[in-house]
Amino acid sequence: MTIRPRTPSLFRPRKPIDQSVLTENRKLVDDINRRGLLRGAVSLGALTMLTGCDVSEIDSVQKALRAVSSWNDGVQNAIFRPSHLAPTFSPSQVMKPPRFNAYYPIEDVKPVDGASWTLELAGRIEDKRRWRAQDVYALPEQEIIIRHVCVEGWDYIGQWSGPNLREFLQRVGADLTAKYVYFICADDYTESIDMPTALHPQTVLATKYAGEIIGDPFGYPLRLRTSTKLGYKNAKWIKAIEVTNDFRETYWSERGFNWYAGI
Amino acid sequence: MKTAPIEFEPSKPSAPRRLHPVPVRIMHWINALAIFIMIGSGWKIYNDDILFSFLRFPDAIVIGKWAQYGLQWHFFGMWIFVLNGIAYLCYGIVSGRFWQKLFPISPREVFVTVGEALRFRLRHDDLTHYNAVQKVLYLGVMAVGVLIVISGLALWKPVQFSELANLFGSFQNIRLVHFLCMTAIVAFIVVHVTLALLVPRSFLAMITGGPALDESLEEAPSAAPTVAEIGTIPEIKIVPETSH
Repeated sequence: MTIRPRTPSLFRPRKPIDQSVLTENRKLVDDINRRGLLRGAVSLGALTMLTGCDVSEIDSVQKALRAVSSWNDGVQNAIFRPSHLAPTFSPSQVMKPPRFNAYYPIEDVKPVDGASWTLELAGRIEDKRRWRAQDVYALPEQEIIIRHVCVEGWDYIGQWSGPNLREFLQRVGADLTAKYVYFICADDYTESIDMPTALHPQTVLATKYAGEIIGDPFGYPLRLRTSTKLGYKNAKWIKAIEVTNDFRETYWSERGFNWYAGI
Repeated sequence: MKTAPIEFEPSKPSAPRRLHPVPVRIMHWINALAIFIMIGSGWKIYNDDILFSFLRFPDAIVIGKWAQYGLQWHFFGMWIFVLNGIAYLCYGIVSGRFWQKLFPISPREVFVTVGEALRFRLRHDDLTHYNAVQKVLYLGVMAVGVLIVISGLALWKPVQFSELANLFGSFQNIRLVHFLCMTAIVAFIVVHVTLALLVPRSFLAMITGGPALDESLEEAPSAAPTVAEIGTIPEIKIVPETSH
């Protein structure tokens, strides 16, 4: 390798620095360096383990990761095909009962009393009268046999029926140009979906599973079921629906999961 | 985006072309980082719903303490991996590097080289010439890289890209293919890193660029050569090593 001549500098000493001390103690210096490096490496590792520290939790890192997640929301919105139908299946492929999923175990499910339950409507909706269970159940039904995909990686085929969400929103005079449909659940879970997903032909307010009224652990009396989102977007035990232009974080997005969660 | 080619000042003699030009080195190390992120976070995601009862990745070697962190890293790393991968493939094809370095592959040479490798008699005195096993492995890992992206896309968007997802049969099959691609890449990395460390010159070459190539013989074809041309590509000669 040819050594580039050094750039002349006023601050560079005219004579090279005396290296004799370093040469004489070379062995000692190397030894100290190596030991120091080893100790440093070990203690850095130990520190990470002791604190259970995760680089993802550093404020700036988490901010950057969430910014990318928001960017991914936009990408998913851009590639969403509003009238493209998800694959559907035959009743023989349906899993009974469906697989339970929530942010707590199945034993902690607090059943909703259908007789006293009402559905509250809010936001950009003309007719905000409350709905009783029997009125919701009297609406025309749509049945979809679709794949449920959980963010964890498992999937199953489920058979859901209930009023189509688009038709329901039209019936109550909702502003279909609004950005979001927000769901509040009896277990204080919150979830929201973008309007194009709410208007997708395979998005229903499910009241039945495999032809029978949904069981308590799966969202009785009313839950969302859409073919184009991961499992956690499908709010269960819905008690209020709001149509809004304001973005608010939801139960899982607040905790760092992707908000759009399209499949 | 700027599309004008980089112009060198004619007065300065241009640096000699090396075995690994600067773009290759940059993309190699970006890819190494992306693969590290993707595998570590992928293991975290895998742990949430395992495919094999005997396999769960220890917490110490996964990226992300919680599921959402693993997912965040994975869907961040994917952009680096995919964009860098596309840039690399385009570069390899347009510059003619793939044709020069990876072709032709003779089945007989593969057979002979595997034999040499098993007897630890692999020759590596000429870094600029890839042996048949290297060619097969590099092409193979590129194919796996493409497949892991395709299966990842099907996994991410089984409804939006249902036409693609249907090719795999079932959703769990997509996961399995994605997992097996990861396994193949990990196996490649083990071999690749081991050999790079056994022949430190080859490892250093990915940092310094490696031996300079003879300029006169390095007229890189701008398009894929025909079969007849491949046969006539002259052997690459090395000029005396000028680095280290």
